[in-house]
Amino acid sequence: MSFYVESRRRRYAASVVLAGLAAFPLLAQALDQGFYVSLMSRVLIYALAATSLNLVLGFGGMVSFGHAAFVGLGAYTVALLTSAGAVSAWVAWPAAVAVSALAALFVGAVSLRTRGVYFIMITLAFAQMLYYLIVSLKTWGGDDGLPLAARNILGAGIDLKDDANFYYAVLACLVATLLLVGRLIRSRFGRVIQGIRENEARMEAIGYPVFGYKLACFTIGGALAGLAGALLVNQTGLASPNQMFWTQSGMLLVMVVLGGVGSLYGGALGAAALLILEEVLSGYTIHWQLGVGAVLLTVVFLAPHGLAGLATVVARKRHG
Amino acid sequence: MTQLVLEQALNGLQFGLMLFLLAAGLTLVFGIMDMINLAHGSLYMVGAYIAASVAEQSGSFVLAVIVAVGATAIIGALLELAVLRRLYRRDHLSQVLATFALILVSNEAVRMIWGDQPVMLAMPEALSGPVEIGGFMYPAYRLLIVVVGVVAAASLYLLVAKTRLGMWVRAGASNREMAQAMGVDVRRLFTIVFAIGAALCALAGALLGPLLAVQVGMGESILILAFVVIVIGGIGSVRGALVGSLIVGVSDTLGRALLPTLLREIVPLEIAASLGPALASILIYLLMATILFWRPEGLFPARA
Amino acid sequence: MHKLKLAALLAMMGMAAMAQAAPQNERVKVGMLSTLSGPGAGLGVDIRDGFNLGLKHLNGKLGGLPAEVIVADDQQNPDVAKQASEKLLKKDKVDFMTGIVFSNIMLAVGPSVFENKTFFVSANAGPSQLAGEQCNPYFFNVAWQNDNLHEAVGKYVAERGFRKVALLAPNYPGGTDAFAGFKRQYKGKVAEEILTKLGQLDYAAELAQLRASKPDALYIFLPGGMGINFIKQFVAAGLSRDIQLFAPGFSADEDIIKAVGAPMMGLFNSSQWAHDIDNPQNRKFVADFQKDYGRLPSLYASQGYDAALLMDAAVRDSKGKLDDKDAVKKALEAAKFQSVRGAFKFNHNHYPIQNYYLRVIGKDAQGRITNKTVGTVFTNHADAYASACKMK
Repeated sequence: MSFYVESRRRRYAASVVLAGLAAFPLLAQALDQGFYVSLMSRVLIYALAATSLNLVLGFGGMVSFGHAAFVGLGAYTVALLTSAGAVSAWVAWPAAVAVSALAALFVGAVSLRTRGVYFIMITLAFAQMLYYLIVSLKTWGGDDGLPLAARNILGAGIDLKDDANFYYAVLACLVATLLLVGRLIRSRFGRVIQGIRENEARMEAIGYPVFGYKLACFTIGGALAGLAGALLVNQTGLASPNQMFWTQSGMLLVMVVLGGVGSLYGGALGAAALLILEEVLSGYTIHWQLGVGAVLLTVVFLAPHGLAGLATVVARKRHG
Repeated sequence: MTQLVLEQALNGLQFGLMLFLLAAGLTLVFGIMDMINLAHGSLYMVGAYIAASVAEQSGSFVLAVIVAVGATAIIGALLELAVLRRLYRRDHLSQVLATFALILVSNEAVRMIWGDQPVMLAMPEALSGPVEIGGFMYPAYRLLIVVVGVVAAASLYLLVAKTRLGMWVRAGASNREMAQAMGVDVRRLFTIVFAIGAALCALAGALLGPLLAVQVGMGESILILAFVVIVIGGIGSVRGALVGSLIVGVSDTLGRALLPTLLREIVPLEIAASLGPALASILIYLLMATILFWRPEGLFPARA
Repeated sequence: MHKLKLAALLAMMGMAAMAQAAPQNERVKVGMLSTLSGPGAGLGVDIRDGFNLGLKHLNGKLGGLPAEVIVADDQQNPDVAKQASEKLLKKDKVDFMTGIVFSNIMLAVGPSVFENKTFFVSANAGPSQLAGEQCNPYFFNVAWQNDNLHEAVGKYVAERGFRKVALLAPNYPGGTDAFAGFKRQYKGKVAEEILTKLGQLDYAAELAQLRASKPDALYIFLPGGMGINFIKQFVAAGLSRDIQLFAPGFSADEDIIKAVGAPMMGLFNSSQWAHDIDNPQNRKFVADFQKDYGRLPSLYASQGYDAALLMDAAVRDSKGKLDDKDAVKKALEAAKFQSVRGAFKFNHNHYPIQNYYLRVIGKDAQGRITNKTVGTVFTNHADAYASACKMK
């Protein structure tokens, strides 16, 4: 199969999925199942967060175990700004992106001096420090988190308090993120980053400023995670330290690995699969985690490249 | 004042030694098999639950500890044979995903067997009071934990430093291919090491059970500290794990005990009380980040 | 986003909303969101069991309508609670919610429940915020305001003549309320105020600190597993010889007595209810609870039971028209039910006005270690925050 056909097929599949997602709230409302609109918003937000981690992990080759900290920072930025009167989404959300980007720039600058497992642990260390710092700050709610009085204001007559409107705003952010990341990885920057992932020493020898490229990639990932955080706090109405705890970072990693490391749609696919699986199984049994665990084990052993890899293999077999 | 300082130091030592029991197994598995095992904490949980059940049935705490250690070692070996063995050649990310799945499975399995609510594990009646040594008072049970921890650490040291098995382990940790070339049966070695790690976990779980609560999720909270310990100490080094454990144990306890008191002098109580433990927790991670910055391979790198 | 599409969407939603308006209530749905796993699980399980027993005594009906109880676990985690409540409100569309144990969870979940105009009948959590300025027409507390039981112990400790008291509680809204309540009645010297992490299980560092500061009495507020661990470690450290321990009913009820045993003997504590309070409703409740669950009920169980009875009264008095929010509110305020604690009525902030008793732990006639009521500390006591509540 030629590359052209495959990419056209993929674009076709993506537009079908997008159309389905756009029609989803109408369908859910018609069936009086409004709850599922807010559930899907949550899925899309995590899809965005996982996509941002996949940029760092899958394309940049950096196993960050503290990504949830950037999501949490975005959430806290929005909650704090909103309580201070900056209720406009056009102010609060970019601010969340900027704060998370700055934090990622700092964490990356320090952590990227280490490699391998030590990089994993030092990113974890920074995330945990931030977690404990937030927990200790009584004025920001400490353990209890910081509530968001009302969803941000988007203007143009679109009220985000309505779950369907909010859903479309989240969907727009996710699509924009995927377009951005897709363009990024095809750009010169993206090719250099992936070259570094494959062989860092060689890229260094050729003369690329490896450290700078990796730091830029890490920072962009952090910034997008901040956007996910801004959306998350609007969805749940609470910025909570639990959103930054290491188990959350672990969950984002699991989503990416499940979906497909280094595949554009891998993060989104993994997030959707994990959260929907949780929701479906928890409807049947209180021991749903057993099912989730079994599915994850199956994926590790039977689909080493995650769901995205599996989809490609299936497509190749059918059309190849 | 001497009482306070001595008591807090012993508390730190006690916590550190328990961390060591967890970290020792983790560092060996990590160092020799190059495998990230997130499910290590689950073995600690399983050990504690088994101990609680046996103690409930038999009424003997000693028997409970022995059965828990033996049974968990067997569970660990079976786990290695059935699942983990297949993961050694995979990348770290697949290992993270698979062992994370194992955490979910074992948590649910424990919940199905023992229920949602914490299970009680009573400390032996004779040790439920304090001991008094020349005016110094300390809980007898905590003293026992310190003694058992020291004995376990010493025997592990002898095992690694003086026996044939230990030689293989050290060879495996510093250079796996070389060890294999020398004729070490690596597959069997891995199973044995894993079983030993599981046994140490169970020992920690059974001993801490009466002090903490035997409950689902107890493994995850302590696992991350064990990872911090082995990274500080240097992956694969048992000596590093011991030093790392004691540093983390003592700094956490002293930080928790002294920081709120110190802070109270400068800020209001409510802020001091929450800032204190938080700063103590940050202290550990700050320590790790600093050590990694200066010694990127930990204090005692095992790999040549 | 195309504006046209949005307009179409809004129109469709409007139609959907109209189509489902004003149905006759044929049954009552109750969302029981409680802490059912982890160290605080004992409390949630007691509330749930008490509520279920109440429902059983009502033949599975609330106000004559068949009742459906949907149980969810908040795992003592505000995030999880938020998601679970979202599901109860929007998917299951419950008529009442109840069950939350911890005040921090209540404060996190509250806003979305109230915004959805769903009545929350709290069978435990009674944070000061919701009693005072943030009091809400949709929030009713059938247990107490957080401070009340602490005030009762504070008064008793002051009367007993202790002069140097240390205080210890977890660092969350309920914990800081505990200190405030205790000190409202106890005006003596406070040797030390220790706030620990919520859910902490190892108290070695705090015990060493107490040994050094040598108070003559210690007041602890540590619900659930925290209290079990603390009291055991307190005795193991040998501190029980020199320091007299006091607690609110939460840290000295059946769940903790069962786990700790003999070291609890002689502990004075306060409660708005006791299993030996003599009235027909209570005798039936205590006897049947033991028969069904094989253990003595705790105050949490009694609160869960009363929550069921209160909902029953509200549905009956509003004639089952649960969409008439005003009628349901009035019926809840009237609280025409027979509480197991005896006399009960609501203050204007929807918190109780009731008696508080002193209990002591000892052996009963059958040789069981349990609580025994020894006196009344407050009669018809209201909380201190009601004056800040603007609600009529």
